[in-house]
Amino acid sequence: MKIGMAGSLESNDALITVKESSVINIEVQSIVDAFYHDQIVQVIQSTLDAARINAIDVVCLDKGALDYTIKARLLTAIHRMEVRHE
Amino acid sequence: MSKLSDYLPPDFKPFVSSDAYKQKQRRLISEKEQSQSVVFLHSVSEVFDALNLHDGMTFSFHHHLRNGDKVIGLIGEEVHRRGLKDMTFAASSLFPNHASLVDLIKEGNVSGIIANYANGPVAKAISMGLLKKPFIMDTHGGRARAIESGDLMIDVAFIASPAVDKAGNGTGRFGPSACGTLGYAIPDLHYAKKVVLISDYQMDHIEEAELNHRYVDYVVMVDKIGDSEGIVSGTTKVTRDPVGRKIARDTVMVLDKLGLIKEGFSMQTGAGGISLAVVEYVKDLMIRQNIRARFASGGITGQYVLMHEQGLVETLYDVQCFDLRAAKSYRENRRHVAISASEYGNPFEPSPIVDQLDFVVLGATEIDLNFNVNVTTDSLGEIIGGSGGHADTAHGAKVTVVVTNLLKARLPIIKEHVTTLTTPGSDIDILVTERGIAVNPIRIDLMNQLKQKGIQIVKIEDLMQLSYQIAGVPKTLSHEKTIIGYVRYRDGSIIDVLYKKM
Amino acid sequence: MNRCFLFVPGNNPAMLQNADIFHADAVIFDLEDAVSVSEKDAARQLLKHFFETLTKQPYDIYVRINALTSSLGAEDLSSILSDCIKGIVLPKAHTEDIKALTKLLETFEAAKRMKNKTRIIPIIETAKSVLEIEAMAQLPRISGMLLGAEDLTSDMEIERTKVGIEIEYPRAKMAYACKAFGLDAIDTPFTDVDDEAGLKADTIHAQKLGMNAKTAIHPNQVETINQIFSPTEAQIRWARRIVIADTEAQLKHLGVFSLDGKMIDKPVVDRAKKLLEKAKHYHMLGEISDE
Repeated sequence: MKIGMAGSLESNDALITVKESSVINIEVQSIVDAFYHDQIVQVIQSTLDAARINAIDVVCLDKGALDYTIKARLLTAIHRMEVRHE
Repeated sequence: MSKLSDYLPPDFKPFVSSDAYKQKQRRLISEKEQSQSVVFLHSVSEVFDALNLHDGMTFSFHHHLRNGDKVIGLIGEEVHRRGLKDMTFAASSLFPNHASLVDLIKEGNVSGIIANYANGPVAKAISMGLLKKPFIMDTHGGRARAIESGDLMIDVAFIASPAVDKAGNGTGRFGPSACGTLGYAIPDLHYAKKVVLISDYQMDHIEEAELNHRYVDYVVMVDKIGDSEGIVSGTTKVTRDPVGRKIARDTVMVLDKLGLIKEGFSMQTGAGGISLAVVEYVKDLMIRQNIRARFASGGITGQYVLMHEQGLVETLYDVQCFDLRAAKSYRENRRHVAISASEYGNPFEPSPIVDQLDFVVLGATEIDLNFNVNVTTDSLGEIIGGSGGHADTAHGAKVTVVVTNLLKARLPIIKEHVTTLTTPGSDIDILVTERGIAVNPIRIDLMNQLKQKGIQIVKIEDLMQLSYQIAGVPKTLSHEKTIIGYVRYRDGSIIDVLYKKM
Repeated sequence: MNRCFLFVPGNNPAMLQNADIFHADAVIFDLEDAVSVSEKDAARQLLKHFFETLTKQPYDIYVRINALTSSLGAEDLSSILSDCIKGIVLPKAHTEDIKALTKLLETFEAAKRMKNKTRIIPIIETAKSVLEIEAMAQLPRISGMLLGAEDLTSDMEIERTKVGIEIEYPRAKMAYACKAFGLDAIDTPFTDVDDEAGLKADTIHAQKLGMNAKTAIHPNQVETINQIFSPTEAQIRWARRIVIADTEAQLKHLGVFSLDGKMIDKPVVDRAKKLLEKAKHYHMLGEISDE
């Protein structure tokens, strides 16, 4: 199984794990879920769109990260998944 | 939008303004009958027998033993054992260690709770809607008013007393659970129908006892009334967090530019990390400019004790000791003076300490565009605190400064409307955040003074927009409409309702 | 002229988002020592996306990249270089390294179609680099020099002390070279973040030797550093009086005039003018009223 991880559970960071999948599947658990869940899912989706990825499993454990942090952690996780299996 | 008055039971009056009390008369019930002699007992069970207790009574407690208090648990246990139902527990505050109350709430032993502050499992249970009657939240000064006016009638006050003497006097100065002053217990002592001191330490004679035996009916000696670690934190630590320190520095700069730190001034601060840093910077300034304060008040910390002992602060007016150093100082220093909750913040006292404050520095869980502050619930409506002295000092002090981070874990702290209203915006003058200082438009005087000194002032609306730019606009949530309690302002009016957690 | 260069770890989101609030004139986002080898990739991504969100910042942005001796340094540049970056802070720098970095920058700037020429701040932290201070100061992209006393004293095999007598020579040498070529002379960090008095003494000492800036390794150090490298209120008042008196003297066609019984000539007036420029640059003029 191809897998990649990036980030941390420190305050204002997010721990993102990506896995191979046949569809896009995004799971978000956030300490600010009630207020920003949709926005986090959207950032992940648009980052995947921009990277032209249409099949991946993303799990995001969020500790109040801002959008750019989520984006950066996601891209690092994806990159790590690919590099390790090239 | 519906009005607050739509939600109120008929005998409750909605909040009008923070100085509406000036138009009202002080109401006083007569003090309790003085006891002829104090009866000493050796178990909670014995005192329950002696008091002839029945369903539906109101018991009161204080929170000077804070997160180490065992007395509420002891009394609760006995209530449960005897199967008493529908009791009301009026505790000045509830902490995480009072978790055992949750079962009593579930089983109907306790159906009413009144407190000035609640945090932990009990607060959670109430937020989930488990309590049968509405939860009533007072301010520290408002609780004193409620008791003396008969709005809060206490059948039995169970007062944790770290030491008692043979005559039945009680004090917080001595004993293994010594916690310092007992300010919040004084109204209960004077107005409860019956008063029981619960103690674990007996002395021959107590000089200047805070709890006078003439009001005491029973003394019960138990093994332990508190866990010392939970009672007081060993030392209060000033924040190293650079954001908090920046906010504190800017706060002191503002206070200084307003000329509030001058010979003979008076101050109060909360016990949060930023507030503690504020005290450090105020102290530095006082030493540099050779300024002495007339008094500091409130919950007293070791920091203030040091300042007092260094001659920087003449008098400490202490309603509650926050740490060991404060408790020790209260025992040793003549000008470390105990005050009651009423003397501290009751609006109907002729000159409560809060009214003599030049400034107070307070925290906020949320603040809105009208400067209204919430320290009662989180943004989902779950109870996580309460006014304590927030609304009392904000009204009394000449200048009230709220200090907070603009964002806490992405969540903007400035809202269009606070989730729960604790302290009205008319009593909040200045907001200091790490990204700017806002002044309440009703304080044009302060705004002009600061502008003249070259201090940049921003609109609170702009600060909110700035936080949205950084974090994104948070989703607006609609309330769950089940009312589970009321926030009672210090004058007895209802300032907001508490809803079941979303 | 920058007073304080604040180091911020490159992989710490909580610190990135607050980098702008401490009034540091410049921030050095660190990809070197503050980031472990296994996290370099994550830190680069984070910084890159963080920089993309920035509009107008109140500080100059610098990035400390990894040394060019490994491939890490070039990878850093390739991912983070953009027009929002004022300059690159280069560890263990010698003349040859700066030349190599300059070449790399030229390549990346062209590839990224950047408008700005990225500046360079070498860290002086080897004995050899101390000897090359003069040569480095004259290279085209240099905007300042930063003293790294911890590594330098270890290279010299001498003890690093709080008093700092062991770095008197490199400090003085750097200060003169920077003054001569119009660069920021940036002092070594004071590493005991809890010792405020020590920081103050160390900064004053560096300032007296001619340094005009110091690095901060904790945001709590910024205010002290800013204060020491800023003109004092009394100095600003003095400078204002000199300049006013000078204007009046010029109207009367006087070359030399006196103020408070002291003769004032051109060098004094120039000094006053420079001081006021500095104060204006640091936004200090509004806060000080004439007495």
